[in-house]
Amino acid sequence: MPDTAVAEAPAKAASGGNILQVRNLEAWYGESHILHGINFDVNAGEVVTLLGRNGAGKTTTLKSIMGIIGRRTGSVKFNNQEIIRATSDKIARMGIAFCPEERGIFASLDVRENLLLPPVVREGGLPLEQIFDLFPNLKERLNSQGTKLSGGEQQMLAIARILRTGASFLMLDEPTEGLAPVIIQQIGHTIARLKKEGFTILLVEQNFRFASTVADRYYVVEHGKIIDGFSNAELAANMDKLHTYLGV
Amino acid sequence: MQALYAQLLVGLINGSFYALLSLGLAVIFGMLNIINFAHGALYMMGAFVAYFLLNLGGINYWWALLLAPIIVGIFGMILERTMLQWLTGLDHLYGLLLTFGIALIVQGVFQNYFGSSGLPYAIPDQLKGGMNLGFMFLPIYRGWVVVFSLVVCLATWFLIEKTRLGAYLRAATENPTLVRAFGINVPRMITLTYGLGVGLAALAGVLSAPINQVRPLMGADLIIVVFAVVVIGGMGSIMGSIITGFALGVIEGLTKYFYPEASNTVVFVLMVLVLLVKPTGLTGRAA
Ligand SMILES: Nc1ncnc2c1ncn2[C@@H]1O[C@H](COP(=O)(O)OP(=O)(O)O)[C@@H](O)[C@H]1O
Ligand SMILES: [Mg+2]
Repeated sequence: MPDTAVAEAPAKAASGGNILQVRNLEAWYGESHILHGINFDVNAGEVVTLLGRNGAGKTTTLKSIMGIIGRRTGSVKFNNQEIIRATSDKIARMGIAFCPEERGIFASLDVRENLLLPPVVREGGLPLEQIFDLFPNLKERLNSQGTKLSGGEQQMLAIARILRTGASFLMLDEPTEGLAPVIIQQIGHTIARLKKEGFTILLVEQNFRFASTVADRYYVVEHGKIIDGFSNAELAANMDKLHTYLGV
Repeated sequence: MQALYAQLLVGLINGSFYALLSLGLAVIFGMLNIINFAHGALYMMGAFVAYFLLNLGGINYWWALLLAPIIVGIFGMILERTMLQWLTGLDHLYGLLLTFGIALIVQGVFQNYFGSSGLPYAIPDQLKGGMNLGFMFLPIYRGWVVVFSLVVCLATWFLIEKTRLGAYLRAATENPTLVRAFGINVPRMITLTYGLGVGLAALAGVLSAPINQVRPLMGADLIIVVFAVVVIGGMGSIMGSIITGFALGVIEGLTKYFYPEASNTVVFVLMVLVLLVKPTGLTGRAA
């Protein structure tokens, strides 16, 4: 099933080689077995969205790819290199950047320090002017304490700081969670622009109305497995199924 | 009046040691989540390394100020790599017991070879003698210890609060997993942080050698007071531990002048009072 979903996915144009290949990924928190064999692919330049109910295992999937879940098995290949056993600092240095669900803004750092914290791992990151162009609010608050920002600004900071590192593959975990509609819109524009800049994005979203404005393809996660996958063009045809999957 | 100034100076000197030691403890606690009971033994090792350098290698005080912290720091980093790192995620109690055990072993070894009496360490020529300030006589070495300790404390504060390296350190204190996921080798940073904290203790040991002599138990006696200082100041703050260190040294000195009977207990009385009013310490966050 997952493999057919992959096969059905529209072939990407020119640059669209396989960037991420996840096969049979299982993960545990202590004794609890959370992921039961996740399979999916992401191609260069795509925005791929993981949908699924609360507790389905979306965050755990991103964390397993990032190497921050203690026990994981299966295969995760990034640019054809196996990373399932790599430590998270190595994985980051290969060019994967992670924006966590809880945003992870550091309270003991000001906005500037938060923004400059992730080290540059390779060339090709966005220059600061371009980041301030995307997020003008941040420029005005550079000297504020990181956690004094509003929820929306913190989310922007959490995205902004991984854009200068040169990582070309971004994993964003529910970037719109708890934010006002105007800010959600701004984040949507940002993701669209990042895609134009050539970033590849793996997005986790509960809000598929938002996701549909940016995503090329979707996978549905349930009970630690991928149970379905389709392209954005197929979204309308899959709406009824989606409502059942997501219980909305 | 002369006696008051003299006690104030003694207080500032003790405060220098309290500040250097509690600063190291705070840095270590922040990153490793370990209450480093080996700190006193490592302070003592700093003094002994200075003693060996001088008497076995003919290497003088000034080099010892640089080399002893590096040598003891490396010893500390070996302890961290071989033992302390395995405590990650366990209760504070394990770290406390392990470092306490290390302290007893290290002190035991030194006691075995050197007994309990002090070995002399001469004041370097450049810092011998004193100055008449008009209101008091200031032994130059003592003035040097206070000024140099203050400079080292402030430099450490600057490193942690104002530099990029310090930003890594503060961030990793809050959320090591995320910092590592940004590509920073956090385990190596933890090892270096322990080395830094231990190095500060060793530096204090070298500074104290010409004043207090070099004794296997010099750290064991001092560290009890330093822990009280840490409890009063709170573990969370770098500047907090520096200020509390110096302040308590001075308070102790003043007590020696005004009410000598209480001079050995005043720090502990303050500790109890602070614990009653603000259990996290004056500048601390919850541990
Ligand atoms: N730190 C943790 N320890 C134990 N179980 C966890 C932890 N984090 C998440 N879980 C469990 O793992 C499952 C998947 O969680 P998660 O990946 O966060 O879901 P999602 O992101 O899809 O909402 C849930 O049942 C959750 O309770
Ligand atoms: Mg989640």
